[in-house]
Amino acid sequence: MQAGKPVLYSFFRSSCSWRVRIALALKEIDYDTFPISLIKDGGQQFTKEFQALSPMSQVPALKIDGITLTQSLAIIEYLEETRPTPVRLLPQDPKKRASVRLISDLIASGIQPLQNLSVLKKVGQEAQLTWAQEVISSGFEALEHILQSTAGKYCVGNEISMADLCLVPQVANAQKFKVDLSPYPIINRINKTLLAMEAFQVSHPSRQPDTPPELRA
Amino acid sequence: MAVPEKPVLYSFFRSSCSWRVRIALALKEIDYDTFPISLIKDGGQQFTKEFQALSPMSQVPALKIDGITLTQSLAIIEYLEETRPTPVRLLPQDPKKRASVRLISDLIASGIQPLQNLSVLKKVGQEAQLTWAQEVISSGFEALEHILQSTAGKYCVGNEISMADLCLVPQVANAQKFKVDLSPYPIINRINKTLLAMEAFQVSHPSRQPDTPPELRA
Repeated sequence: MQAGKPVLYSFFRSSCSWRVRIALALKEIDYDTFPISLIKDGGQQFTKEFQALSPMSQVPALKIDGITLTQSLAIIEYLEETRPTPVRLLPQDPKKRASVRLISDLIASGIQPLQNLSVLKKVGQEAQLTWAQEVISSGFEALEHILQSTAGKYCVGNEISMADLCLVPQVANAQKFKVDLSPYPIINRINKTLLAMEAFQVSHPSRQPDTPPELRA
Repeated sequence: MAVPEKPVLYSFFRSSCSWRVRIALALKEIDYDTFPISLIKDGGQQFTKEFQALSPMSQVPALKIDGITLTQSLAIIEYLEETRPTPVRLLPQDPKKRASVRLISDLIASGIQPLQNLSVLKKVGQEAQLTWAQEVISSGFEALEHILQSTAGKYCVGNEISMADLCLVPQVANAQKFKVDLSPYPIINRINKTLLAMEAFQVSHPSRQPDTPPELRA
């Protein structure tokens, strides 16, 4: 019996979805996209059908190997463990792995959730830009400091890792919220290096099946 | 050659993220010293230059171990798991079960806790913070209860304790602190009770720490 292609429930502009799209590209895993608009119809993430797959009503979700996974980093670690080639997303050394996870978690729990759509809704229209700028700036200030010790060509040494998959989408969010990136030269440099790679381009928000025409690359 | 130093955990007794790591250290039977960091005294000891050098996000926990300093509780726990697999494993062997453990851990550690931590509640302001905390915890627990319907056995994922359980108990304690009604979440409740009866969850409990104030001490 032929297994179906993996299906990624994704929103073109979701930074968490982009992390997983990069991983799927680097791992050369062919997949179908089921777009979930966080904007249309009051937010398609709130339909009963999608909530059955993703009880937190969040993208991304990935249907793969007969299961459905949510939480982008849990998905990426699953892909890493089941499809280690052609590119590894975590180094072998436990201390370097800890650095990769530390950086990934700084972004995925210390920055992104504090400026995601549902939190900004709670904060309210008037306060949300300042709020987003503050949480991103303080997170990036800490991250820049950490990268001073860990970074080589990439976030951790000279091999690409899960940390890099978290970095690029968060920089895009920073730009969306008009955060000045000049205090963060290492973040800036690594972001530029990564954006030149094919996996980061094919997965880019401007190139997705659900990218609106006016935003398409 | 010198004997390796004991690990040092920078911890606040009431910090749920610190508690997760304390449980892991207890289950792994790793002896360690505590360096208390009060998030309250002196305007917050997490903001000192000395501590920020160890933890640039100014957050607890931080763990000095094997010549390095780690932050981010789940990164710390995964490092302990990889370097000290015995006597208790904190992640199952099967990749799909490991994904469930991480999914549940991340739901709590990125989907609930950061939205109700001290610094976010400060930004929200005194008037709104109780309702805010109750809302983020309730919606997170509603989703978690639904997930546990598929994954849970005696513990969050099947019948072996895991990193997910280490995240659950401290978050339930936070829920109780914010007076969230837990009766809509029977699986969360049951697992929480089971875990709290275990020694590792008791010795690591906020009421039993070196920096627990006398009036809160067990």
